[in-house]
Formats: sequence, C-alpha cells, structure tokens
Amino acid sequence: MQKAPHIDKVFKALADPTRRRLLDQLHSDNGQTLTALCEQMDMTRQAVTQHLQLLEAANLVAVIWQGREKLHYLNPVPLFEIQELWIRKFERNRLGVLYDLKTQLEGNQNGNEKT
Amino acid sequence: METKKPDYVYVTYIATTPEKLWQAVMEVDMMAQWWVDPRAGCARVNVSDWKPGSLWEHRRADGSGVVDIVGKVMEANAPKRLVYSWSRPGDAADESRHSRVSFDIEPCSDGLVKLTVAHDDLAKDPAMLAGVSGGWPVVLSNLKTFLETGHALPQTAAAGHS
Repeated sequence: MQKAPHIDKVFKALADPTRRRLLDQLHSDNGQTLTALCEQMDMTRQAVTQHLQLLEAANLVAVIWQGREKLHYLNPVPLFEIQELWIRKFERNRLGVLYDLKTQLEGNQNGNEKT
Repeated sequence: METKKPDYVYVTYIATTPEKLWQAVMEVDMMAQWWVDPRAGCARVNVSDWKPGSLWEHRRADGSGVVDIVGKVMEANAPKRLVYSWSRPGDAADESRHSRVSFDIEPCSDGLVKLTVAHDDLAKDPAMLAGVSGGWPVVLSNLKTFLETGHALPQTAAAGHS
C-alpha cells in the first residue's frame, strides 16, 4: 500500500535546485530511465536515485515499468494543485482589493452616498 | 499487445473508493461536473456503453452535441483499468493516427485511491500532443476536487460557463 504525498513534500522537493533540474530534464524528454538521467547529471547514480525517490514521494515524478525498464515521468498534477490552492488564491485577494478600490473610488465620485 | 512507452503519465491521489472513481469517469451526469478545461469553454462528457469494442465520443456538454474526440473502448475492467483509443473524428478510420489513454485505479492507504492516467502514441499528431499535455492536469485536479468535495474547482467551473 502506498502512502499519498502531502503538499509539504511537494514544496520540500521543489526547494532543491538539483531536483528542479531533474524535473526540467523530464520536461524536455519525458519517460527516462535512471541511466539516461544520470548521464546528464554531474553526480553519483546513488545521489540521483535519492533525489528521484524524493520527487516520487512528492508525486512530482510518476514511475511506470516497461518490461524491465523503470521510466520516470514528470507529473504536473501537484504543480497544478499548488497553482490552484496558492497562486490563484492570492490573485483572488488582489482582485478583491481592486474591487474594493473601485467601489471606494466610485463611491467617492458619487458623493460617497454609501460607506 | 505490444506495450509502447507512454508520452505522458499523470498520477493523482483521491480520497474516494475505486467504485466511485470508476463511476465518475464513465457516467455522463457526473462527468459534466468535472471534465472542465477553462480553455475549452464548456464541460465535456465521454459517451459510451463502455463495453470492450464499443465506440466512445468526447462530446461538448453545452447542448451543441459537438464531438471533438472519438475512439474505441479497448479494455474495461471495473473498477481497475479502462483503456480507450483517442482520435480526431476525421481520423476515426485511420488507426495509424490514433493515440491511446489508460486509467489505472489502485486502492492506497489512508482511504485514498491512486489514479494513473497514461496517454501514449501521440507522437504522430504533434498538435494533439501539445493540446492534451496542458489539459490532463486540469481535468484530473477537477476530478479529485469533485470526488472529494462534490463540486469542481469554483474558478475553473466558472470559466467553463462563461
């Protein structure tokens, strides 16, 4: 039974430049083996494996088996969820501030009948 | 059947049961509530009897009845695995232009279900490859929100109705 990733793991996984580089590599060529990924990284196979495990635990990398090959895919679903949960939330606040500003200014223009 | 390397693999964990998830990807009334991509302008539903060999249609749910994608059900093993082919209506007769979508549903710990969606054989249609790559994360996030809260993400749903 697998455990589902918590959003903390997503932020933690993204905080590391090496892991972001691995995601970039998968973005340019999705579905790579560990060996293929190692060829582009200046570090030991073991270190790459550990980074991939953290990315997988955060659900940023999805893994499928094709025969005896383990293929790594960039899974953008958690990134989209962060965008929905966090970025859009702040956008909404900003839109709210603009709305308040508009209401206030228009209120003033109309002699500020309502406060 | 020879297995090909998928072009995309998407995974999401949903607090639901495999049976409810299976229903949500097959029943038109449920799908109309979550298969919403803001770029598409309206909800879409996949219509079929979901028997292996049957045809299915990706239809706009705005009353126009426009069909954007068609295909054939290749595997339907409730509530674990669903595979269908995917093509433009104009390419329906030309299998060399078809891609393939699979849904794999596995129960996880903590009352969660792991959904893996893979899309393969897209390389022969680069425009389709580009189109679906942005679309799946949106619909899968909506599916998760729909099953966990009973409604789709409010902002995407609102965009879908505009």
